[in-house]
Amino acid sequence: MASGARAVGAAAVLLVAVPLGAVAFRAGGLSLSPADWAALRFTLWQAVLSSALSVGLAIPVARALARRRFPGRGALITLMGAPFLLPVIVAVMGLLALFGRGGAINAALAALGLPGISIYGLQGVLIAHVFLNLPLATRMILQGWQAIPAERFRLAESLSFTPGQTFRHLERPMLAEVLPGAAATVFALCLTSFAVALILGGGPRATTLELAIYQAVRFEFDLSHAAGLALVQVLVGGAAALAAWAAARRAGFGAGLDRAIALTPPGGWRRLADGAALVLAAGFLLAPMAAVVLRGLPGLPDLPAQVWPALARSVAVALASVVLTMTAALVLALGSARRGQRWLDLAAALPLATSGLVLGTGLFLLVQPFLPPARLALPVTVLVNALLALPFAYRLLAPEARALQADYARLAESLGLRGMARLRLLVLPRLARPLGFGAGLTAALSMGDLGVIALFAGESQATLPLVIQRLSGAYRMDEAAAASLLLVAVSLGLFWILDRRGRHAAA
Amino acid sequence: MRLFLAALTSCLALPAAAEVPVLTVLTYDSFISEWGPGPAVEKAFEETCGCDLRFVSGGDGAALLARLQLEGAASEADVVLGLDTGLTAAAAATGLFAPHGQPAATALPVAYDDPLFLPYDWGWFAFVFDKSKLPAPPKSFAELAASDLKIVIQDPRSSTPGLGLLLWVKAAHGDAAAEVWKGLADNIVTVTPGWSEAYGLFLEGEADMVLSYTTSPAYHRIAEQDDSKDWAPFDEGHYLQVELTGILAASDQPDLAKAFLAFTQAPEFQSALPATNWMYPATDIPLPEGFETARPEKSLLLSAEEARAARDPALAEWQAALAQ
Repeated sequence: MASGARAVGAAAVLLVAVPLGAVAFRAGGLSLSPADWAALRFTLWQAVLSSALSVGLAIPVARALARRRFPGRGALITLMGAPFLLPVIVAVMGLLALFGRGGAINAALAALGLPGISIYGLQGVLIAHVFLNLPLATRMILQGWQAIPAERFRLAESLSFTPGQTFRHLERPMLAEVLPGAAATVFALCLTSFAVALILGGGPRATTLELAIYQAVRFEFDLSHAAGLALVQVLVGGAAALAAWAAARRAGFGAGLDRAIALTPPGGWRRLADGAALVLAAGFLLAPMAAVVLRGLPGLPDLPAQVWPALARSVAVALASVVLTMTAALVLALGSARRGQRWLDLAAALPLATSGLVLGTGLFLLVQPFLPPARLALPVTVLVNALLALPFAYRLLAPEARALQADYARLAESLGLRGMARLRLLVLPRLARPLGFGAGLTAALSMGDLGVIALFAGESQATLPLVIQRLSGAYRMDEAAAASLLLVAVSLGLFWILDRRGRHAAA
Repeated sequence: MRLFLAALTSCLALPAAAEVPVLTVLTYDSFISEWGPGPAVEKAFEETCGCDLRFVSGGDGAALLARLQLEGAASEADVVLGLDTGLTAAAAATGLFAPHGQPAATALPVAYDDPLFLPYDWGWFAFVFDKSKLPAPPKSFAELAASDLKIVIQDPRSSTPGLGLLLWVKAAHGDAAAEVWKGLADNIVTVTPGWSEAYGLFLEGEADMVLSYTTSPAYHRIAEQDDSKDWAPFDEGHYLQVELTGILAASDQPDLAKAFLAFTQAPEFQSALPATNWMYPATDIPLPEGFETARPEKSLLLSAEEARAARDPALAEWQAALAQ
């Protein structure tokens, strides 16, 4: 398994480095310009703020979800994850229905005779990034809460711990382990942000590295500049991953007995605070989703015929990506847990900070001498989607794989439990929850990704996001909104099925 | 299953395709979608050419040239369809194109005759607005800048309409262009990566006006029976976007490629354009009912070399004005 992990880790690094190298080789070098520093400063600043806000706000929401039980809790957890799965442009349109110049909030302010608010500027970029990433941060932290064995909470209860003492002895160590990874993940996601910064940023002040790359590739055809920028982006993302690794402390709770124990959650103002956190987060995350649904509904009957084969293609690509990503992530996580090879952490995090455009361009350059790129459109899309989802899947699996190794490895060894039997009897059941969540996330991310398919697709291999782009490029905004709704519904459906399978297998 | 069958048929089709010459046309996404001109054009050309016409999509219009440069002489494309006048100097400089040998297109508002690039359609850039919400639209960039109207524009670094607006202001105001942009800065709600995001924001009510084409209101009139949209005539005149085809020098089907370029001027091709691509045809054919209500009095177009020389300084002025 360890040699498998090394091979997968090396493959991930090569898949990031070789296309970038191909672009740089074709261009004959790397270059940067003075204007890039302004782009780097803005990119870092918005990514730091977005990540701090997303993770900071996610803590009370995750705590409320972890310790409260109420009807519809499971559905709420699934639905609140939806924004992360939205194609960016759909998410932006949903946010504008709420915060835009013609949106609900400004309409209400105007009715009260109050001055309006403007979403365009740094505030808009932050709102959008929190909207897109709060769900992911919440789920990562919630997983951390659920990974604390229930027996520890029971012990705390029988020792009459105050909520403050529970926090200090149980929750704070868990947060110290989980938060750096969550923050680094959101940071890297915001690092490569392009459409959000451009649409809501309000103008050239909000130029990110990814936009500069886009410009360099598409308008100036300055590949050495594109490769230089992409390298800076990967280095910054890699540095964030390293910093997260250095900052994370093992909580070391040890194994529990997986008993479902009814705990008495703290009452009083804490109950009110949890309720407020949930209501505010649900409102912030679900109102724009409702706008997306309302915007899409009227166009549903008029969807053009091209949508259906494109949907089938997208689902096929998503499922293939799931198999590839989850296999790679499991091999990596188990290998890293067993041998403690921390470079695997970095290898699994690198794709997060990769520029999709440079990756696609590099693969295009590599493929083109041998085959017409259009013939490989779907396999390349699967490969790239799988690579881009790997960091999330790994991030979810790695802590639990380490806990599994620490808690059960000696028992398994003493029983001679190895190979497939160990996988079937120990690993898969113990890791079912993150495996299901990771698979759902991969499927939904792959469904919504436009990235490389636009570079490779010919006449007949369009995926659903590409069809949406073609519709909105031809004035057909209603049909584009309807197709977006279809995309969101199917993505969320896939996510729900896979995540639920994981949770049921774990229970 | 469906995917499997599609893969199977495409494999089976390969030997058969080898007997018929294949003409590969690289174009932008919206041209080849089922609601674009692509399907009608393919059918009409294949009836006469004895060939297989294949479209390959290279993303949107702004990405086509980069795609060609990426592929170089190894490109499987014989013809590229969808280059923009703002980019022709850069396209010619690549040395990838061969002369098309066709007579100049007849129905452009300015003379356009280029040995490498042949127009197939064109349009005027204009600010589009909703008549019911804006009864008295501005009549010039100065009036627009003096108003408190909000507009959405496209980024000149990633979209051809965005670049068109940059050249429009430069062609109309020359050295005063930087002042015009300073005046417009507080009217610009935001700058989008491409045309579709800007137009979508406008339709959702995020701005009073959007940079688009004089033919945009025709889409709403003809396809949606909605006469609420119009474009604002500007005293300076309106900048043109001319969409062009070109033959690649490395094509292994040069005769077929020339036949296709001749076909782009034929009524079968031209008549497919107005109500699918929502641009003016390049030859004199009747326009659909309701396509046009008025024309700008003056057309602006920088030559290929002027446009190339103007781009970088204009971009710097634009960035400086909007970054404040």
